Amino acid sequence: MKLEFTLNSAKVTVETAPDRRLIDLLREDLGLTGTKEGCGTGECGACTIRVQGETKLACLMLAAQVQGCDVVTIEGLDPAGHHPVQEAFTGSGAVQCGFCTPGMIMSLSTYLAAHPDPAPEKIREAVSGNLCRCTGYQKIVDAGLAAARALKEAHRG
Amino acid sequence: MADVLFPVSLDQALDLLAKTEAPAVLAGGTDLLVQVRQGKKTPGIFVSLDRIEGAQEILETETEIIIRAGAPLARIMAHPAIRDHGSVLAQALAVLGSPQIRNMGTLGGNIMTASPAGDSLPPLYALDARVQLAGPEGFRRMPVRDFIQGPGKTALAPGEILWQANFTKPAPGTCHWFEKVGQRTALSISMVSLAALFRPDPDGRVSKVSLAWGSVGPTIVESPETETFLLNKPLTREVLAGAGDLARQAVRPISDIRATADFRRQVAGNLLMRLETPAKGKRLTRY
Ligand SMILES: Cc1cc2nc3c(=O)[nH]c(=O)nc-3n(C[C@H](O)[C@H](O)[C@H](O)COP(=O)(O)OP(=O)(O)OC[C@H]3O[C@@H](n4cnc5c(N)ncnc54)[C@H](O)[C@@H]3O)c2cc1C
Ligand code: FES
Ligand code: FES
Repeated sequence: MKLEFTLNSAKVTVETAPDRRLIDLLREDLGLTGTKEGCGTGECGACTIRVQGETKLACLMLAAQVQGCDVVTIEGLDPAGHHPVQEAFTGSGAVQCGFCTPGMIMSLSTYLAAHPDPAPEKIREAVSGNLCRCTGYQKIVDAGLAAARALKEAHRG
Repeated sequence: MADVLFPVSLDQALDLLAKTEAPAVLAGGTDLLVQVRQGKKTPGIFVSLDRIEGAQEILETETEIIIRAGAPLARIMAHPAIRDHGSVLAQALAVLGSPQIRNMGTLGGNIMTASPAGDSLPPLYALDARVQLAGPEGFRRMPVRDFIQGPGKTALAPGEILWQANFTKPAPGTCHWFEKVGQRTALSISMVSLAALFRPDPDGRVSKVSLAWGSVGPTIVESPETETFLLNKPLTREVLAGAGDLARQAVRPISDIRATADFRRQVAGNLLMRLETPAKGKRLTRY
């Protein structure tokens, strides 16, 4: 089928099997390997992307489901890779092996866009669908709080 | 390769189900696509609910709440009418899966999966909810407790679509409570859960009690004996302990990888002890 959608602010048109998993389309056909596959069954959140402004799991979506949709992956969060949440992750030491990081950042950036002043337990809830085997989560929560502060300051100008 | 079709009306969707080979209704895909991945299902064609007009709606009438099968769980739990009139359901959905699963998963998918651990089901039983099924010959309606027939089994006939669930708004002053005991906080499948609705009178005695337990039987367990026992009594520790004993006799748990039958039986009774708080005048509602 001919699939047309907006990917990281650009219109794309690809020929694909309609039941191709979205994660395979993104990683293998379109070369966007920032989105990771951990479990392939919805448990780990490594494949978290944004579809129509909401976080979804690319491993549990079929390509045809994003026809006409607005999709954002980690590559499209900030053209230069310096989104405040990305900066906060490197600044807070929230990245170890890095496998969970793109999914974590997609979950957190989406949450913070709607909730600029989060309590630490809300940050934990925001990443409760993202598993990390390295950090023990505390530094990820620290990064979330640091990013929230940075976003607020950026907002104030 | 299986095609993925996007009907825009319910009639069109029913038509596709009738005319295609081995069709599967695709809602959020959080159960279906896991099964496809595991090779347990190989649909000939996917019929998506995504673009059917009205299939995601949440409606409020003077007396009723109507939730269309395709409504995503996250939207249901955040909806003001559900928080006001179906808080027990909102509480249950808030601890279902993860944020991403709640963005994708739908109420219809959770009902259709008919898992004894399905988190929407104890609240829907306690609310005395009904489902409406759409088929080539029109609609049929039945209580959700008749619709669910066993683990993974429902009364849906081939070619039918679960269209909505609806319930009468509980009387003002009704307390809503849901609690799930799992192995961890997030992404946790229930070992035992309890949905409770009850209305304390000004003197603390309760009228109208509805209780429903998850994960302690092949389907959701209700216990008319326990409900009758609690009627017109104040919810003191002693009364609730007595009710707990009755509840432990009513449940039919099994042992599995998550918990033993004995543990489940014990906890099914213990969960009633939580209902003590509101009888002391606090409002037992998390929203
Ligand atoms: C990581 C993970 C964690 C989870 N955690 C929980 C949890 O804590 N609690 C819980 O209860 N569940 C949990 N689930 C299960 C699942 O997310 C829910 O059951 C969800 O509500 C299913 O909805 P869906 O829209 O994704 O269903 P789908 O996967 O789209 O559909 C499920 C089944 O129902 C059929 N179907 C769907 N809608 C209709 C309809 N309207 N008419 C006819 N047939 C229909 C489909 O053909 C399919 O067979 C979890 C799943 C995953 C992957
Ligand atoms: S790869 Fe999608 S949730 Fe794990
Ligand atoms: S940094 Fe390794 S999994 Fe999170």
